[in-house]
Amino acid sequence: MSETITVAADNIIEINPVYLFRWEEPQKAHVLLYPEGIVKVNETGAAILKLCDGIKTVTEIISELNDKYNTDVTDSVNKFLEVAYAKGWIRIKS
Amino acid sequence: MPKDGSELSLDGLGIPMWLTLEMTYRCPLHCPWCSNPLDFDKFKNELSTEEWKKVLREGRAMGALQLGFTGGEPMLRDDIEELVAYSTELGYYANLITSGIGLTPERLKTMKDGGLKQIQLSLQSSDRDITNKLVGADVYDQKIEIAYEIKRQGFPMVLNVPICKQNIRQTRDILKLAEELGVEYIEFANIQYYNWALLNRAEFLPTREEIEDAEAAVKETRERLGKKMEIYFVIPDYFDERPKACMNGWGAIHLTIGPDGAALPCQEARVIKGLEFPSVLDHSLDWIWNKSPVFNAYRGEDWMKEPCRSCDEKEKDHGGCRCQALLLTGDAANTDPVCSKSPFHHLIESSVAESINEHRVERPLVFRRKGAITTDFLETTE
Repeated sequence: MSETITVAADNIIEINPVYLFRWEEPQKAHVLLYPEGIVKVNETGAAILKLCDGIKTVTEIISELNDKYNTDVTDSVNKFLEVAYAKGWIRIKS
Repeated sequence: MPKDGSELSLDGLGIPMWLTLEMTYRCPLHCPWCSNPLDFDKFKNELSTEEWKKVLREGRAMGALQLGFTGGEPMLRDDIEELVAYSTELGYYANLITSGIGLTPERLKTMKDGGLKQIQLSLQSSDRDITNKLVGADVYDQKIEIAYEIKRQGFPMVLNVPICKQNIRQTRDILKLAEELGVEYIEFANIQYYNWALLNRAEFLPTREEIEDAEAAVKETRERLGKKMEIYFVIPDYFDERPKACMNGWGAIHLTIGPDGAALPCQEARVIKGLEFPSVLDHSLDWIWNKSPVFNAYRGEDWMKEPCRSCDEKEKDHGGCRCQALLLTGDAANTDPVCSKSPFHHLIESSVAESINEHRVERPLVFRRKGAITTDFLETTE
């Protein structure tokens, strides 16, 4: 089954423990390190991933970012989370 | 090496993001596709623990991120645990690339505590006899046992399956075994024809039908397992019309250090005659990467000849593999003959044709052993 589960509003999100997410000074960027690869994450992506702490729900992540950026970021956050989920960077905490 | 499907920021900013340490050329296995040099036994002076630490420090200072401990069999060194812990302190993402021989539950635990992130275990077949025959050693049971132990200790694991005619028909069984083991990644890496593998090429090349059947098995399993297990399937470049973007370009993101301290743009580069590989014992990593003639030899596009020079795909594949160009056409600056635009492409076609010629005289596999072939008359770059 290649399921396309959408990330739901009440899901608690965490970074897949196989991945290591951190700031890389020489690259001046946030990176996700995982077996066999490196992903450079842009600023927006990094702001979202920082909140994927295994405690917050999607709704809480969105509301925190709405406040931070002073605009409605719901759509773009949802879109990023879906891509990140499909790529296996994040997972839904059960 | 980055795989199909792996994400990589290709604008490495000129940083050797991927550092591979060939800790030793010693190995308890005798795989006839080994990527180590034919004259591996001549490289006896391995770097010391402190010398490896210096390499790690200098690499990290330049921004290296991914780190691979490989060999030979890296577990033959008794300082891997110490170096893993040191690399974690420095901020690397440490991977161990191993046959599994020499790994024990205790050593795994020490490396887990030292921050080892991932283990790539080689697996040649799902069948005991075939495995033992293919690697020239009685190791199958040990490999399976340690594979379960690796999972018990919670490491993400890649099963690395070198694919050749002798095992390609077992793709389904190997996938089943991988599923039982619970690995996150399995890579079917079709053998690349350099060094020992090139000696045995005619015996190893699978047929196109065998490759298609294996691909079908991979597709079925992907559909069934979804995200549970990631399957990489790299088809042999001999069956491609365009060359692989080898190493993402020469001196672009990859830096390999041989057991003796020689700095190499890739693990096969020693086959290229006339290049003097600078040693980390004589130079800083920074000088080697940025200034040394070797690392600049095929960097970028200025070195390219036709048909690469005027090709609109040169930025995509960087002209393919320098080592393959050298081995098959005699000049490392030629277009990789895998490319159908190469004037030497017929060499690839004829070797594929020869491998399926039913009148071909089959030859025994040459196993990687000291003295298996004489290298006395080979010119080496030592």
